Amino acid sequence: MAERSEEVKLLGMWASPFSRRIEIALTIKGVSYEFSEQDITNKSALLLQLNPVHKMIPVLVHHVKPISESLVILEYIDDTWQNNPILPQDPYEKAMARFWAKFIDEQICVAAMNVVGKTGEEKDAAVEATRDLLKFLEKELVGKDFFGGKNLGFVDIAATLIAFWLMRTEEIVGVKVVPVEIFPEIHRWVKNLLANDVIKKCIPPEDEHLRYIKDRMVKLNIKPA
Amino acid sequence: MAEEVILLDFWASMFGMRTRIALAEKRIKYDYREEDLWNKSSLLLEMNPVHKKIPVLIHNGKPVCESLIQIEYIDEIWPDKNSLLPSDPYKRAHAKFWADFIDKKVNVTARKIWAKIGEEEEASKELIEILKTLENELGDKTYFGDETFGYVDIALIGFSSWFEVYDKYGNVNIESECPNLIAWAKRCLERESVAKALPKSEKITTFISELRKKLGFE
Repeated sequence: MAERSEEVKLLGMWASPFSRRIEIALTIKGVSYEFSEQDITNKSALLLQLNPVHKMIPVLVHHVKPISESLVILEYIDDTWQNNPILPQDPYEKAMARFWAKFIDEQICVAAMNVVGKTGEEKDAAVEATRDLLKFLEKELVGKDFFGGKNLGFVDIAATLIAFWLMRTEEIVGVKVVPVEIFPEIHRWVKNLLANDVIKKCIPPEDEHLRYIKDRMVKLNIKPA
Repeated sequence: MAEEVILLDFWASMFGMRTRIALAEKRIKYDYREEDLWNKSSLLLEMNPVHKKIPVLIHNGKPVCESLIQIEYIDEIWPDKNSLLPSDPYKRAHAKFWADFIDKKVNVTARKIWAKIGEEEEASKELIEILKTLENELGDKTYFGDETFGYVDIALIGFSSWFEVYDKYGNVNIESECPNLIAWAKRCLERESVAKALPKSEKITTFISELRKKLGFE
């Protein structure tokens, strides 16, 4: 039986892209963990205690100590378990991986969320803005199976947000933000992801996921475009 | 091969200050190039096509963008002197969490104090809350990194040269609200790397006053 202090616990939420990133990383590393599903509409005392600053999932607890912020957690996982590296070894390539992951979270995520619930000209502008950002990632994928090269890496894990949240929900939101005609490389990359065993294991099941998002949109009174 | 290090920067940028400090801590010689943010150079646009922002660190012709990423890069490329990040994975994660907090919270809020009209009061209250959270994290320690000046200190210290601006337009007094943080800032300024990287507060206050006139706020 594992020592209590070796325990790895993940406070997460099954439909959250940020929580799923951590599950992907732990699975790549072959690390066993206890998953604690959190109700983000009614936050547990444990979550508030472990992440008092942001009060958000995911939180990784290792040796009883909490780590928050998904990209920080991914780097912690890579620093702690050295098998199957997630970040490149070369400092320049590492810096580029960090740059793109940050770009996904700070720019693409924000722009994509801005599309939801908009109509008419506002919607068109929000879609254009998101596509302009995605074009940088499209370029990055040329000649590569994954952002990480031959294998899944840091940027791929971060970018699952695009593949399985942004792109999956296009029908519900009512806007094809990432059409294959404009983004053939991204579509090819998604196919590569879907063929990967870790990804298949770690992403939310599609039907359940889409039902959840539809429900959320109804609750938040957001209509599809 | 001779190292070529160029920094595209803007003198008043608290983000550029981070990279200047990191390079100085490592004793790296570099070519500092001042950018006119209202007339950006073709080099800047070429080296940072995604954001078109300073600072950009160009090492042997290859650009590294985003100041916190630059600090980590500098620490990894020149590991011999003055480690900027802890080697322990948990302490590293802790440092990255707080640097990320600073990036997410401080400037976004602080900008509203001087760059907009009508949001100063709310923004300055919010800024004080954010600084108090940071002060709480600092606690009794000499630096955020405990006994060693490092990543989180570097992430935050540049903002101290802007405190006079926030005090003036936010009608607050950061020193009386966060005395321990001010004491920390003074300790950091005793380091040569910081003293050389940070402009005098008055210079920034004058610059912002003139900028606000240009923007039609005064």
